[in-house]
Amino acid sequence: MFKGTIIAKEAAKGFEEIQDMAGTIGINGTAHSLPADPRTSLLDFLRHDLGLTGTKKGCDHGQCGACTVIVNGMRINSCLTLAAMHEGDRVTTIEGIGGPDAPSDLQHAFMAHDALQCGYCTPGQICSAQAMLAEIAEGWPSDATADLTSEATFSDEEIRERMSGNLCRCGAYANIVAAIRDVARGRADATV
Amino acid sequence: MQPFELVRAPSPSDAAQLTKDEHTRLIAGGTNLLDLMKLQVETPSRLADISRLDCAEITDTPDGGLRIGALVTNTATAVHPRVRQDYPVLARAILAGATQQLRNKATTGGNLCQRTRCFYFTKIDQPCNKRDPGSGCSAIEGVAKLHAVLGTSDQCIATYPGDMAVAMSALDAEVHIMKEDGTERSVPVRDFHLLPGDTPWRENELGRGEMITAVTLPPPVGGAHYYRKVRERSSYAFALVSVAAVIEIEGGVFTRADLAFGGLAHKPWFDPAIGAVLLGKAADDALFDEAADVLLQSARGFGENDFKIPLARRTLRAVLTQAVEDAA
Ligand SMILES: Cc1cc2nc3c(=O)[nH]c(=O)nc-3n(C[C@H](O)[C@H](O)[C@H](O)COP(=O)(O)OP(=O)(O)OC[C@H]3O[C@@H](n4cnc5c(N)ncnc54)[C@H](O)[C@@H]3O)c2cc1C
Ligand code: SF4
Ligand code: FES
Ligand code: FES
Repeated sequence: MFKGTIIAKEAAKGFEEIQDMAGTIGINGTAHSLPADPRTSLLDFLRHDLGLTGTKKGCDHGQCGACTVIVNGMRINSCLTLAAMHEGDRVTTIEGIGGPDAPSDLQHAFMAHDALQCGYCTPGQICSAQAMLAEIAEGWPSDATADLTSEATFSDEEIRERMSGNLCRCGAYANIVAAIRDVARGRADATV
Repeated sequence: MQPFELVRAPSPSDAAQLTKDEHTRLIAGGTNLLDLMKLQVETPSRLADISRLDCAEITDTPDGGLRIGALVTNTATAVHPRVRQDYPVLARAILAGATQQLRNKATTGGNLCQRTRCFYFTKIDQPCNKRDPGSGCSAIEGVAKLHAVLGTSDQCIATYPGDMAVAMSALDAEVHIMKEDGTERSVPVRDFHLLPGDTPWRENELGRGEMITAVTLPPPVGGAHYYRKVRERSSYAFALVSVAAVIEIEGGVFTRADLAFGGLAHKPWFDPAIGAVLLGKAADDALFDEAADVLLQSARGFGENDFKIPLARRTLRAVLTQAVEDAA
């Protein structure tokens, strides 16, 4: 029930090369110096300082999920954290998950299912879904889980609850759920 | 955001010491403090980063309870096997709050100390006694849907918005506080948050020169656990009303009823008299109403939030009805 392996593996992805991270923050496998101004949110650091504009700013107040990135395997809202508090941490953004040349399974599925209209929420949705699949694999419960002491099971209701931190102003929810459902099934098949 | 200096506190007592300065704030997950700093509701000149302090463990206590460090994330608490097994009301309350992204950052200490979501509190051009003592309370005759119906004062009608502490109140958990000199004191969660009275800016027992280090849960209390949260959408919204309950029913009679309520007051609402009404009596609708009468005897709405009074009654009734069904 309480594993701890998958999240850690997720965190290490692409960071095998980085040894000494003092004074730096690892972004998609590359170490970067921390910003000089402590006010810089992780979101602004990614977008303004590093030009990684895949991560989006929707509300800047933790209310939409457009800024979701994965830090040490855990998805967080990059708008509500200071870059300078992440010394030594490993951050994966949408650019680290895949690009046009080599999209990830989730990115493929979002395209195949038309899981977007304007696409503004999409990077956050995909980062969130990537981490969410690891959380289910770890057996973490959600508010939609009937029995807290049993293994988490996969259902549309679980996807909706677990993805509730990512709003989509275009209302592409039905196709987002379909895309994630497909990937979850695909990954399950791949490990059998 | 106003400029500030960011320092890393080397130990809890150093962190406590740093808070002696009224312009210093501790920062843990940052999900509440940074939000308010962007709005200039909070304008500290120094932030003391406590996120790497050695208070991020969940450990068994000698008496069989559980000690949850102040820097344990809400996620880590909610997924912990013993919390899920022995204190499901707490796991449920946390999982009903915010989102996975926020819970991954939110900490025990930060969650306890989170500020109200009163609209006027977050708008610095509006009068608010909590933010700007003496300026008046805009909510009393304004937008007050989220506001309190119990324990209000003519100075402030804000609510404590959190879920975790409501479950901790039902469980009678204890908050551990370290002082600057390294000594510790503890306060029951039930007494940690304060009513607004004439000092709405004082929200909890913490004084300058203090830091929360942990919350301890008593040995497993048994019973059936419920956390029912009513909100405006089914996820990612604060409670309008919530009920945390630890219930035991034997032979159709209540033998335990520890009840705490969220969304109704400036603190998680706990009054032993509510559960006492139920004890030793056969469960029926009339009895549930009697308990709700005790809960709501002093309730007062402010227009927009009048609905909370009948809603609290119905939510309590729903939880008790569920408990009776489950026990049958
Ligand atoms: C959009 C949104 C929705 C939310 N929905 C919910 C919800 O439904 N239910 C719910 O319960 N919460 C909800 N939250 C609030 C969230 O749970 C809190 O922001 C979080 O718990 C705060 O924890 P933190 O560690 O990030 O605190 P921080 O922001 O780091 O700190 C908050 C305050 O606590 C103080 N503090 C932190 N740690 C300590 C300590 N150890 N000792 C003394 N003081 C300390 C800080 O100085 C600061 O004043 C929501 C937040 C957002 C942004
Ligand atoms: S209810 Fe409290 S927090 Fe809200 S405006 Fe009035 S004094 Fe300020
Ligand atoms: S931009 Fe961070 S949650 Fe909206
Ligand atoms: S696709 Fe437009 S916001 Fe989601």
